[in-house]
Amino acid sequence: MSDAAHTNWLRELIRKPYFWGIIAIFALLALNVLKDPSYLAVTVNPVNGNLVGNVVDILRASAPILMIAVGMSLVIATGGIDLSVGSVMAVSGAVAMVFMKEAGQSGSLGVALGAIGLALLVSAVLGAINGILVAYIGLQPFISTLIMMLAGRGIAKVITEGQNTSATNDAFRWVANGFIIGLPVVFLLALAIVGVVALVVRRSALGLMIEAIGINPKASRMAGIKPSGLLLTVYILSAVLAGVAGIMSVGTVMTVDVSRTGYQMELDAILAVVIGGTSLAGGKFSIGGAVVGALLIATLDKTIVFLGISSSATPAFKAIVIVVLCLLQSERVRGWFVQRRKPPQLRTESITAAQSKQEVSA
Amino acid sequence: MTIVQTPQVDAPVEESRVSKLVARVKRVVASNPSVLPTVAAIVIFIAMVIYGELAYGRILQYNTLSNLLINNAHLIILAVAMTFVILTGGIDLSVGAVIALSSVAGVMLANAGWNPWIVILLMVLIGTSMGLASGILIQYFNVQPFIATLAMMFLGRGLASLLSTQPERLAEESPIRWLGEQFKLIDGPKVNDVVITPGVIIALLVVLGAFFVLHRTRTGRTVYAIGGSESSSALMGLAVPRTKVLVYVISGTLAGVAAVVYTSRLGIAQNITGIGWELDAIAATVIGGTLLTGGYGYVLGSVVGALVLGLMNVLITRDGGIPPEMTTIITGGILLVFVLLQRAVTSKRHT
Repeated sequence: MSDAAHTNWLRELIRKPYFWGIIAIFALLALNVLKDPSYLAVTVNPVNGNLVGNVVDILRASAPILMIAVGMSLVIATGGIDLSVGSVMAVSGAVAMVFMKEAGQSGSLGVALGAIGLALLVSAVLGAINGILVAYIGLQPFISTLIMMLAGRGIAKVITEGQNTSATNDAFRWVANGFIIGLPVVFLLALAIVGVVALVVRRSALGLMIEAIGINPKASRMAGIKPSGLLLTVYILSAVLAGVAGIMSVGTVMTVDVSRTGYQMELDAILAVVIGGTSLAGGKFSIGGAVVGALLIATLDKTIVFLGISSSATPAFKAIVIVVLCLLQSERVRGWFVQRRKPPQLRTESITAAQSKQEVSA
Repeated sequence: MTIVQTPQVDAPVEESRVSKLVARVKRVVASNPSVLPTVAAIVIFIAMVIYGELAYGRILQYNTLSNLLINNAHLIILAVAMTFVILTGGIDLSVGAVIALSSVAGVMLANAGWNPWIVILLMVLIGTSMGLASGILIQYFNVQPFIATLAMMFLGRGLASLLSTQPERLAEESPIRWLGEQFKLIDGPKVNDVVITPGVIIALLVVLGAFFVLHRTRTGRTVYAIGGSESSSALMGLAVPRTKVLVYVISGTLAGVAAVVYTSRLGIAQNITGIGWELDAIAATVIGGTLLTGGYGYVLGSVVGALVLGLMNVLITRDGGIPPEMTTIITGGILLVFVLLQRAVTSKRHT
């Protein structure tokens, strides 16, 4: 009895889409511990009381991925996709850096806030263009955000005149590198934003309406949901979150590299969403899954560098993760596992049949 | 100079031919509005040539047009490959990464002293196997084409980086370089020659082959049918699973061929080769009038699309006033215009 309850509980957990993501994170951490037993150790820096350690690094690195993964999961829930997040990150970073450079070397809080505000505003405008193309003109999300992806990187290059631009501003740098009560600001900020987004979409009907659009736009319109406004909101939200991610990632080094900042981040975001178990077909989303996905990607990135493999080889390992996850989720592979369990049953049936036949003959 | 004068000599003949052609195009467009984007792409290409000739000069001459073909042979091959995939309603994001893997592996093997013909065959086969892997994932494990080819893109790029992160240089005396060697077909005055490379011939053969397969064979009709409606084609008894896998195999193989053509021209392979080429190929296909949802499109349109992109680069470099940073913005703008055009055409048909 208890055994059956135990297997049920296990089955329930395995059915959670992001279960394998959590397993993968632990597997990667275990691999790191095998190489260096003190990998998980978190120490307190005696000078400023900040936590130091590989785990803290992973949390810090996961912040920008978290931002875009949450935005992407909402966009994908509407049945769309946002390929422009990486380019929006670059634009946001470029705007912030150029703004602070133009403002001179005064490291004032006002300049930092102005840079952040302007960067987010420009991101929102780019998101609005995506949203208008998708919601009001009716272009496929794939192609309209692809155009924005191409154009966005160009815009970032035009803003910085093709140069990598650096600036100094302590307040701005603090967002990416600072600590509050020993924890990195950037991770706390990401967690707070994710929490707010999760609350808003899950505590109101917004999440439900987003999913309704993804399942069947026509039916949801008949049910009284206006898809255009919602789609516009979702694309703006995704771009603003990408803008935040851009600020976070340029803040760490206080330099925007227009061809590298946010490069291929849209793929990381999509990967995070897929790891989280959200189907790209739309109609459902899981913020928790996206968080697990983002943490897995950050762990994977850090692990590969830690194991001494060139970081440019990271994509190969991400590919293995994608393929394995997709295989685990596919009907065919699940069918194999079911079949493997079935034959013994069939055999017992045939044995009993044979027995009964013997009995009859006897 | 000579080329500018020749059309003036037999202008009257040309004119009647042109008017006949215009009438015919009008008829085709009226009966089938989905050709309109392709016609628009051809018009844009001609307009770009004329504008370039008027504004900068030296566009409508042998060596510029030869260079356009030589420099974009790989892009033409990729656009052809992408057309197959997009016609079925799929997408292949892996072509750029496949080129990187195939090129780096090929150059390293050639420099290790392997027989060049075996190396070239292997380079193509690397593409084939990557395409086969995507096709199997998509068809038999129900993975979305976007995700499956994304995985192959990551895999290709990652494996190429594992092989080498340095630029790998093909040995100067390597026979593979012969494929990128330039042959003078017509010796014009000064440097104004018609020049061709074996790579360009390969690209032209690929285009002809693709045209034949798509428009003259049962497989080609199945490709279009799948893009129209996969379930209907399955009900009609068409070989849907086989064709869907085949389309990705073709795409991967042609990416391998493009890798050979590109590597032989440049003589250098690197793990970052081909970044963003899948986007160029998609852009070329869309500009050439292939509908991203599948079912409508022409492989020759994609070739024109690739040439539009190539010519745009030439014009931007010629202009000098346009910063090179603007290239991607202009590409995006052109793409947007064409997608809006397609949108207008398709919505007109539906209502």
